[in-house]
Amino acid sequence: MRLVPLLISAAVTTGLVIALSVPMGSAPPFGSFLSPQEGFWQNAEPIDQSYDAQLQLPQLKEKAAVYFDDRLVPHVFAQNDEDLYFIQGYLHAKFRLWQMEFQTHAAAGRLSEIVGAGADSTVLNFDRNMRRLGMVYAATNSLQVMENDADTKKVLDAYTAGANAWIDQLNPSNLPFEYRLLNYRPEHWSNLKTALFLKYMSYDLTGSENDIEYTNAKAALSQELFAKFYPVAPDSLDPIVPRGTVFETPANLPVTPASADSLYFQWKNTVDIAAIDKPDPDNGSNNWAVSGQKTQSGRPILCNDPHLGLSLPSLWYEMQLHTPTSNTYGASFPGSPAIIIGFTDRIAWGVTNASRDVKDYYAIKFKDDTRQEYWYDSAWVPTTITIEEYKVKGAPVVKDTVAYTAFGPVQYDASFTGWGRATTVTNLAVRWQAHTGSNEFKTFYQLNRANNYSDYLEAIRHFSCPAQNFVFASKDNEVAIWQQGAFPAKWKRQGDFVMPGTDDTYKWQDTIPQAANPHVGPGAEWVASANQLPTDTTYPWYQSGGYDLYRGYQINHRLRSMYSITVDDMKQLQTENYNVMAEMARPILLKNIKEHMLTNEEKSYLDTVKAWNLRNDATETGATIFETWFKVLEAEVWSDELEGVAKPHMTPESYTLIEGLLRDSFFIPVDNIKTTATETLADVTTTAFKKAIPLLKRAAAEGKLPWGKYKDTGIRHLTRSVAPLGRLHLNAGGGDNIINATKQYHGPSWRMIVHLTDKTEAWGIYPGGQQGNPGSKYYDNFIDKWVAGEYNKLWVMAEGDEKNAAVKHTITFNK
Amino acid sequence: MKFAVSLVLTALLSFAAGLYLGWWSLAIAAFVVAICIPQKPWQNWLAGFLGLFLLWGGLATWIDIRNLHILSGKVANIIPLGGSTMLLILITAFAGALVAGFAALTGSYVRKK
Repeated sequence: MRLVPLLISAAVTTGLVIALSVPMGSAPPFGSFLSPQEGFWQNAEPIDQSYDAQLQLPQLKEKAAVYFDDRLVPHVFAQNDEDLYFIQGYLHAKFRLWQMEFQTHAAAGRLSEIVGAGADSTVLNFDRNMRRLGMVYAATNSLQVMENDADTKKVLDAYTAGANAWIDQLNPSNLPFEYRLLNYRPEHWSNLKTALFLKYMSYDLTGSENDIEYTNAKAALSQELFAKFYPVAPDSLDPIVPRGTVFETPANLPVTPASADSLYFQWKNTVDIAAIDKPDPDNGSNNWAVSGQKTQSGRPILCNDPHLGLSLPSLWYEMQLHTPTSNTYGASFPGSPAIIIGFTDRIAWGVTNASRDVKDYYAIKFKDDTRQEYWYDSAWVPTTITIEEYKVKGAPVVKDTVAYTAFGPVQYDASFTGWGRATTVTNLAVRWQAHTGSNEFKTFYQLNRANNYSDYLEAIRHFSCPAQNFVFASKDNEVAIWQQGAFPAKWKRQGDFVMPGTDDTYKWQDTIPQAANPHVGPGAEWVASANQLPTDTTYPWYQSGGYDLYRGYQINHRLRSMYSITVDDMKQLQTENYNVMAEMARPILLKNIKEHMLTNEEKSYLDTVKAWNLRNDATETGATIFETWFKVLEAEVWSDELEGVAKPHMTPESYTLIEGLLRDSFFIPVDNIKTTATETLADVTTTAFKKAIPLLKRAAAEGKLPWGKYKDTGIRHLTRSVAPLGRLHLNAGGGDNIINATKQYHGPSWRMIVHLTDKTEAWGIYPGGQQGNPGSKYYDNFIDKWVAGEYNKLWVMAEGDEKNAAVKHTITFNK
Repeated sequence: MKFAVSLVLTALLSFAAGLYLGWWSLAIAAFVVAICIPQKPWQNWLAGFLGLFLLWGGLATWIDIRNLHILSGKVANIIPLGGSTMLLILITAFAGALVAGFAALTGSYVRKK
């Protein structure tokens, strides 16, 4: 033995093994990551991968089977509900485990546990915001309600057991890729995680409040100007419930507190704090249904496309769930049992967001910095203190004190200075409809078993938050729509601004009776919704929110005049790129621009806009010029007045400008108050165009003048930070205010068309793929078709189809 | 001949150990083979190195071909290697080979008089 070389080589070997076994910064340990036997290579699925399997799982009650078609859509055939949802939980975990957990970690404010605090504590502040909003509090409240319902409890337990059956058999060869990359391991699934996931959807879809922004604007703008900037109902509104519909006068309407004039409307304090991480204001959707009177076949057609932030893996997972007593096909949420948007053998349903304001803020007066007491109903009363702990990856545990009041948790206070934008002088408690325990799952459970309109009506009754427009069609040739949710009955402008939180007079008083919720049908020829204000202003209840206008206008306009409708017509409408907003705005802009002041180069851009066919197709350059021009014009018109408003504030909606200009050129304050000259509409229109030219020239130089290149749609990985796992630079048409609402990172997340003929025919597509594994060819295989506006024909499997050529793989489940 | 046997044996034993143990078990396999088949230290080093280079490189290549480079193309952009799957396979092979080489060298010196 030669000792010195031996020791040296042993030390080198040990050193290498250790170096390859410890994480390098944010990178995983290289040894286990690179090893072809246990590392990421194991996620590289062979192209001809077979998913056939025979499983023995003692949790099952009876035999069951899952048949996969060529798109890897599972058709689950079980003998009872428990087995059905056990298998759904198992399949969600098998194909989407990492995503299920990541999303619920986000909901629970636990992302910093797996990715660290982030640059400038971005991730930690995201987590703190979620906890301080009361996400876990809300999920716990709902879980209690859900578990008190025997049917729901049974389903949740089965789903959780199924997901855990998959998690328990995980080994280095089938651990999802992202766990390796981020170097952590999954925990067990639980019913609470399902509740958290559903609350995440509430968070995502109830962002329609601008309390702080409006409060800031109110403090600086005159009442008249405020009403012009932020009108309650737009002129060209085409509501869900047709104009002229007579509403029943309620016996009791909420009463405005006597002190409102002095304490609320005249309140001149500026809330000097910036709300962070508000959900995307563009979360919206289209849905409609036409009855047999309007279709060529004489049978109803239902269409839906929910617009959400687009991610890989996708939010949606397509499935068929079959038992001897139920048969449902559609899109499910990995993280929740049941089909969320889909159809049974007799009916179809879809949802769009109601976009109403169900989240309000109250200014709290604490006795001192301990936040243990606050002034309420003329006395100091104790808060309930919760200590939130954040187990930040690679850092010590962070603790955060949250005070709960009679209104709800104090989301913003001196201690929460996320991004350093909050001040230490305001304490804002949040009252959110989602804090109230409710069982939204039951709606889906019952819709999955619905046969007719009354089943549908009974099912949606359970739905409180996030309120949705549930569109419905049945083989009885009925179509209907209900805006369903629990809505606080508010007096006019209640909760549009931050409210006084020193007594109970500003609390929500009651809930609007369910029967008074806006609805159309049954008996209608057609129904539709696209996140617009649901009724005209004769509706007796106050409905604040953040509404869309042009998609609803265009859908209603088209459906009204369509007859003999075919499925192809519906596909065309769902992917329509016609820009009705530009149709209204372009004439005003062209009328006002001073052409004699333009250079020849500028004129050539103007000529393109003039000749533009008003379609936001991917190849159109006119769309890019118009959109840029209009954006600059908005800034020109509003920014001078808004400069005096504390941040954050809200730029008025595009339709506010267009409608103001359509009324008369003096309605909108076009004059730049910072200059001595009095600018006219012609001046600002021309200035805006000239200012847009350099932006457009830069885009042209980069070959990005065609709309699809300019908009640059992409589907990002769910982490938002690992670019190679997304699919970027897709050349897609559509956009904001257009039926095909495909924006940069946001758009139609699931397009579905259901034709309720004797044997239901259906089409659908989402921008993703059935496998969550980035190493599978099924990870993103629907995306190109989705960009092209094409659909997959959905195969509804029947008993006896087991030998059908469409079945590509089979998993049998035995007890 | 001894060299070839030791190379193949290192690869085989590493593969077998990898079925039950973590990736580090390749160090034990290379170490044991070098003790059992004594050669000159540099020969043991090379046999261990090449054994694992071929094993990990071969496995990764086989997996990658059957996957049509779907995953390796993504990982080679995350790491980042400019999207080169060949480079990713070489790095994989080199990582395993380096550890095995030095483990084999250690084994060689245990026997060396």
